Amino acid sequence: MYQIKCDVAVIGGGPAGLAAADAAKQEGAEKVLIIERDTALGGILQQCVHPGFGLTRFKEELTGPEYAGRFMEKALADGVETLLDTMVLEIMPDATVICTNAAHGITEVKAKSVVLAMGCRERTRGAIQIPGTRPAGVYTAGTAQRLVNRQNEMVGKKVVILGSGDIGMIMARRMTLEGAKVMAVVEMNDYLAGLTRNRVQCLEDFGIPLLLSHTVTRIVGNRRVEGVYVAQVGPDKKPILETEEFFECDTLLLSVGLIPENELTRQAQVEMDPVTNGPKVNQYMQTSLPAVFACGNVVHVNDLVDNVSGESETAGRAAARYALGKLPKTTRVVECVPGNNVRYLCPQRIALGGDAEDVTLYFRVLNPDGAVTMDASCANAQVAHRTAARVSPGEMEHIQVNTGKLLGDAVTVSVEKRG
Amino acid sequence: MQKTDVVVIGAGAVGCAIARELTKYQVQVLVVDKKEDVGGDASKSNSAIIHTGYDAKPGTLESELVVAANPMYDKLAKDLDVPFSRIGAILPAITEEQFEQLPALKEKAFRNRVYDVEYLTGEELLGMEPNLNPEVKAGLYIPRESIIDPFLLTIAYAENAQQNGASFLLGAEVTGMTCEEGKVTVVKTTAGDIACKWVVNAAGLHCDEIAAMVGKADYTVNPRKGQFYILDKNTSCKVQHIVLPIPTKQTKGKLMCPTIHGNMLVGPTAEDLTDKEEKSTTAEGLASVAADVKRLVPNVNLRDSITQYCGLRANRNPEGLHVDTYDDLKNYVNLSGVRSTGLTASASLGKYVAQTLLSIGMPCAFNPHFNPIRKGIVRFHELTRAQQDELIAQNPLYGRVICRCETITEGEIVDAIHRPIPARSVDAIKRRLRAGMGRCQGGFCGPKVLEILARELGVPTETINKNEPGSYMIAGKVR
Repeated sequence: MYQIKCDVAVIGGGPAGLAAADAAKQEGAEKVLIIERDTALGGILQQCVHPGFGLTRFKEELTGPEYAGRFMEKALADGVETLLDTMVLEIMPDATVICTNAAHGITEVKAKSVVLAMGCRERTRGAIQIPGTRPAGVYTAGTAQRLVNRQNEMVGKKVVILGSGDIGMIMARRMTLEGAKVMAVVEMNDYLAGLTRNRVQCLEDFGIPLLLSHTVTRIVGNRRVEGVYVAQVGPDKKPILETEEFFECDTLLLSVGLIPENELTRQAQVEMDPVTNGPKVNQYMQTSLPAVFACGNVVHVNDLVDNVSGESETAGRAAARYALGKLPKTTRVVECVPGNNVRYLCPQRIALGGDAEDVTLYFRVLNPDGAVTMDASCANAQVAHRTAARVSPGEMEHIQVNTGKLLGDAVTVSVEKRG
Repeated sequence: MQKTDVVVIGAGAVGCAIARELTKYQVQVLVVDKKEDVGGDASKSNSAIIHTGYDAKPGTLESELVVAANPMYDKLAKDLDVPFSRIGAILPAITEEQFEQLPALKEKAFRNRVYDVEYLTGEELLGMEPNLNPEVKAGLYIPRESIIDPFLLTIAYAENAQQNGASFLLGAEVTGMTCEEGKVTVVKTTAGDIACKWVVNAAGLHCDEIAAMVGKADYTVNPRKGQFYILDKNTSCKVQHIVLPIPTKQTKGKLMCPTIHGNMLVGPTAEDLTDKEEKSTTAEGLASVAADVKRLVPNVNLRDSITQYCGLRANRNPEGLHVDTYDDLKNYVNLSGVRSTGLTASASLGKYVAQTLLSIGMPCAFNPHFNPIRKGIVRFHELTRAQQDELIAQNPLYGRVICRCETITEGEIVDAIHRPIPARSVDAIKRRLRAGMGRCQGGFCGPKVLEILARELGVPTETINKNEPGSYMIAGKVR
């Protein structure tokens, strides 16, 4: 068996892995190795040829490949090493990684710490249980995006899109630019799943109808999709069958949610958060296995890559410090608890032991709301407070707390209507 | 004109089993099917169970064939390299009324000569299957009820038949037959005419249409739809046995069991239809599966479903499994009424039909070269790390994992495309290897499988289908 030794092994060479690897290198880790299953670095950004990346991070608008390119160049220049076209088969609690590739066969990477940066995958037709036949022409939006943008293959000519996730809206525009007719974007909720800017730039600018509170009730066609039935949904989210309408189309794209890709994480028996479907982490992005860190969409699904980069740098730095024996010893753990209108918090816990520091807690709300206050409280004392003009489950929120103020066992974050 | 000794119409599990059996004799066999791959209909969408026949109608041919077939599978699955497991079934009585039915069911099993059925107490059943409804009063245990990979069984029959000299003409629909002097002389297909000495109709769902071509349709096939859920391997509530409800007159009922690959299978419905192409799942059908199975296994989590499918049972009207021969059509064998027990019965039906052909004049000369052993595709994920390493050293394509959910390598996909019965579509790859059958349902591997298929077959991606012609995956190139 081929063997490699390194300080920090990073699983995945997408935006999360690139940022983590470079940060680990910067922090002083001598040998940092990215293990990537694709033949190139960049992850899903390689197929995101649209602009809109980097507005927060670089204060300029980049395409996906450009955004990834900046991190890639820096990481490689800083001496990060890569193992491409390589699939990880297994991660051990002691930070040993078993992987396979055509060049070396089964390869054992002995690392001092591991960063999980595998990203996420898409929810499928089967997961949301759309009834009907099972013809060709039903694709998840990301798969279609790969086929169109990386393999130059058009997936269809007349398209209905279910779900108003960002990739769905971006693919509505992309398919239109390629000459396809996008009949409608159908969203079960009465609010948008993705970013507002994508509704404006991808749907409204191209006259693509957005049907809120609607869903696809049936798929028709034995060989290729021949059409779908779309119906309104009631307040109980169940379709109102009398409103069913037939849309003739040859393609149904699904943008109905992303699921962190944690097969390896589960197999390594890392403690998971049932809400995010990702590993539970502390502010160092450290999982329940001390040598295993995680970042990006494998932890929780982000809407902006800029957030992923920041969070991943935290993970990379901490993984390097762990490898070098410099991560502070934990003396006490504070749990982060979702309060009113908060679906989850990330990190899920805060490790105390080092110097007092500011920790950003990321979260998503359960329901959209107008003007709100966001409060963090610990041991009956308010430890952070801010306001927002509006909140939506489609957009990630955050609040900063100082670890010096955390006197209790739990910090609770709540979002309340103002006034 | 193409010539052969025996034409078998239908390349489902039964047709392929017959073809394999016939290669044990010195006859030329040609299997014809309108589908692009073997096992394209009921053989691919069923409950994947090898039954014992405990609940068959005693004294019928179906009972005889199913009861005889079950013990054959230990050797058959080994010879043909098909995943098979004798996990056993339990039949829990939840209500008082069901409890009262148990003696009759046990007696029926006895009359079918399935003597190993045991009566178990509720406590014993809960010990075996902790996720069972805690109200279970008692039940039956049927130890030899088993699970199999139904796709691979059919493919393995076909590959072994082919390896022993049988030929396959797929994507060719039978359009008619020429009869002369009380014999079928020519089978006409969309891919040309075939002169032959004997004909076997094993067309399943369409066997009445084939029988009508020679004036033997004294019955009809009424499709009975069954809808199923497949649950993720990680689902929170699993069972270790085939958990069957107390059967009703119409159906064996909605069951829950593991698949041979570790998923959970839940279903099916039983809905009588007239349209043989009506293969859609419905919200109501799936809801009825959920409601019924929750009575057996209350915590079954159908939100963990990764896919749903439906299949059509080829129900005969009037009922009953038939293998018919005719005085006025001396070289023709007609199978009908091969329904939900057909997958199980394939093993014995192969032999039964071969014997029937001997009785109508096929010469009984054994093939001295017959080899019963078929080796399946080498499965990377089943090997030890050392074996995997060695395999990659021999062929680097095994080092590249294409389907991450099921850990399927490029080497396996390339092998499937170049097998004796080649995989030429996305679904054909999926049935042979499970690439695309995991929890991401081909989201990740789909585009790569498409590329590999096009490359290996030397065709443009636009011509690659999901399954049948017309099920194209790609509508053209980008601008």
